[in-house]
Amino acid sequence: MDYKTILKEINEKFGLETTTVSLREDEIYLKVKPEDFKKICLSLHKLLSAPVASLFALDNRREKGVFEIYCSFMGGKCKKWFFAVAEIPADNPKFNSLAKDIYSASLFEREIKEMFGIEPSNSPDTRRLRMHSEIWPEGFYPLRKDFIKPAGVGKTGDYVFNEVDGEGIFEIPVGPVHAGIIGPGHFRFSAAGEPIINLEIRLGFTHRGIEKLFEGKNVYDALRISECCSGDASFANSLSYSCAIEKIAGIEVSENTRMLRAVFLELERMYNHINDIGGIAVDVGFSFPAAFASIVKENILQLNEKVTSNRYLKNVNSIGAIAINWDKDKTQALRESLKKIYKDFKEIKEILLSSVSFMDRVDGTGVLKKKTAEDLGAIGLAARASGIAVDLRKDFPGIYAKADFNLIKQETGDCLARLNMRLAEFEESIKLIYWFLDRITPQAAAQSSYNIKEGFALGYVEAWRGALTYWVKINKSGIIERCKITDPSFLNWQALAFCVLGDIIPDFPLCNKSFDLSYSGNDL
Amino acid sequence: MRILKNRIVKGIVTKPLDKSFLSEELETVGAELKKTIQEKFSRSLYIREVDTGSCGACESEIISTTNPIYDIQRFGVSFVASPRHADCLLVTGPVSKNMALALKKTYDAMPEPKFVITLGNCALDGGIFKEAYYTEKGVANIIPVTFHIPGCPPKPLDIMKALLSFLKKA
Repeated sequence: MDYKTILKEINEKFGLETTTVSLREDEIYLKVKPEDFKKICLSLHKLLSAPVASLFALDNRREKGVFEIYCSFMGGKCKKWFFAVAEIPADNPKFNSLAKDIYSASLFEREIKEMFGIEPSNSPDTRRLRMHSEIWPEGFYPLRKDFIKPAGVGKTGDYVFNEVDGEGIFEIPVGPVHAGIIGPGHFRFSAAGEPIINLEIRLGFTHRGIEKLFEGKNVYDALRISECCSGDASFANSLSYSCAIEKIAGIEVSENTRMLRAVFLELERMYNHINDIGGIAVDVGFSFPAAFASIVKENILQLNEKVTSNRYLKNVNSIGAIAINWDKDKTQALRESLKKIYKDFKEIKEILLSSVSFMDRVDGTGVLKKKTAEDLGAIGLAARASGIAVDLRKDFPGIYAKADFNLIKQETGDCLARLNMRLAEFEESIKLIYWFLDRITPQAAAQSSYNIKEGFALGYVEAWRGALTYWVKINKSGIIERCKITDPSFLNWQALAFCVLGDIIPDFPLCNKSFDLSYSGNDL
Repeated sequence: MRILKNRIVKGIVTKPLDKSFLSEELETVGAELKKTIQEKFSRSLYIREVDTGSCGACESEIISTTNPIYDIQRFGVSFVASPRHADCLLVTGPVSKNMALALKKTYDAMPEPKFVITLGNCALDGGIFKEAYYTEKGVANIIPVTFHIPGCPPKPLDIMKALLSFLKKA
């Protein structure tokens, strides 16, 4: 469907007025009256049959005396991102909550409330998300422009967990400090005997205030911050961010650079996927393939270091360019190592899939139903494992268009499906890297310095967990005014909480690993 | 059968996989580390790791030290699940305000004698997150720190080397 048809339908079917304020090749901004905001969002939600991709606010009181609120949806078919934009008066700021009609908006609304003090009226849940009420006082909204840090911190209230009542039901609190070497989060299980009746995940323990940190920075300094949002996806973060800046500044990126970036993105996907494949084996106590997988992961990390001087691909990307040089030797080294890696990978795959006791543990465990995934707005690998065909490499292919990329999906939505996703995507990544390597020509390292214009744009990339988007606004002096990061983990954590229901507690680590979501990317 | 075959074919991976100078260096560092730990901790050093808001790369590298290539466990270093078993607390991240209490409690739960090592640039003074409104600007503001391992993130071998240089002096 063409985007014009969608606009027409909004106008005719729903009788709503919109003004197109900005139009890019892949982004469209619709300005709406605040009272129509909810209706427009609902109609976009229905017409595009897409969950809320992001919902965020912005403090524009200095220039226009209002807050602005943006709700974005991905239109995969018409190759456009739709943004509904409304202005909210600065005194007594509030808007109609979407959460009861589009559940995927719920977390974003909680975020807007704690960060801006903008009230989503009639919202079913307004508890704090990241700035825990045991720590952070009321009335301090960090993303407002006139925010001043509170002098002290103090307890202003308790977090109320959802309680399950009934005979024989008990709670198991886990975290924030876990037994393994992993990020912090609190999991509250309600169980009756073995099966889990309810799981509530409380996050925010790694909240640092990254979005605020972006504000007031120049675009080059901010690139380094983006790499520290989620360490296991640092290249995807820097790429998504730099795409936004490149769109704003109108920088043309050469095809060779774009192909190199795709290679690094796929390398990042590979070392994380093999890490999770090993992790799934660890969590069922199958240590041989787990150790084997960790060797492959180490090999990929060492390969990263060989070609980019950094194991986690930090300091590799730059605005409009790549900060490292590329020559024939590197292409050759990559090819040779990949051949060995693929051989080991096939071995691991065979060992795992031919072990009956292993398959018994993963098959049918932690099912995320397609309907649940849709309602929660799950994205990326987790959504594809449940049969939702969403992948930015397909929907907005860019450099992947010619590379004959196959979208991989599974139908069952269980741990096995997510494992199979990883196995298949790992092979697909190798195929893609080979394809790109055939076409990449040597190039010298480039350090860019562009004149950055005023403007805003959305950068997006299919990171290994799913769609990772950066919405960036730059002011007249080329300084970042607002940066909204939407990490794929943000919506997928909810999916984890739903998929474990009915399963036994010992299966939780397995389900958790099959998603392997980011704490730091979620908490920012 | 396949596992057995693979095991025989692959042999001890720590040796054939490392072709570069890295393997020799790893072995010398490792042997020294083992000797030092034998002397000072009578056999093993137990470490409890806490993430207070790092990006996750430091965790990934700490886990890497336990993979079959580095296999830090053979030199007497073990990562344990509970602070009550630990000699040493290894802390990453700039300490998010939400984690300050949890970090303090973890430290208090450790039996004496105990010491704290910080790992990664943000654990020292907040690093890239120094100006952020929600961090405590480093671990030393919450609990006493004895040693710091710099890097963003430090590589597995660097972690082992730093650990060795610290244990030698201690």
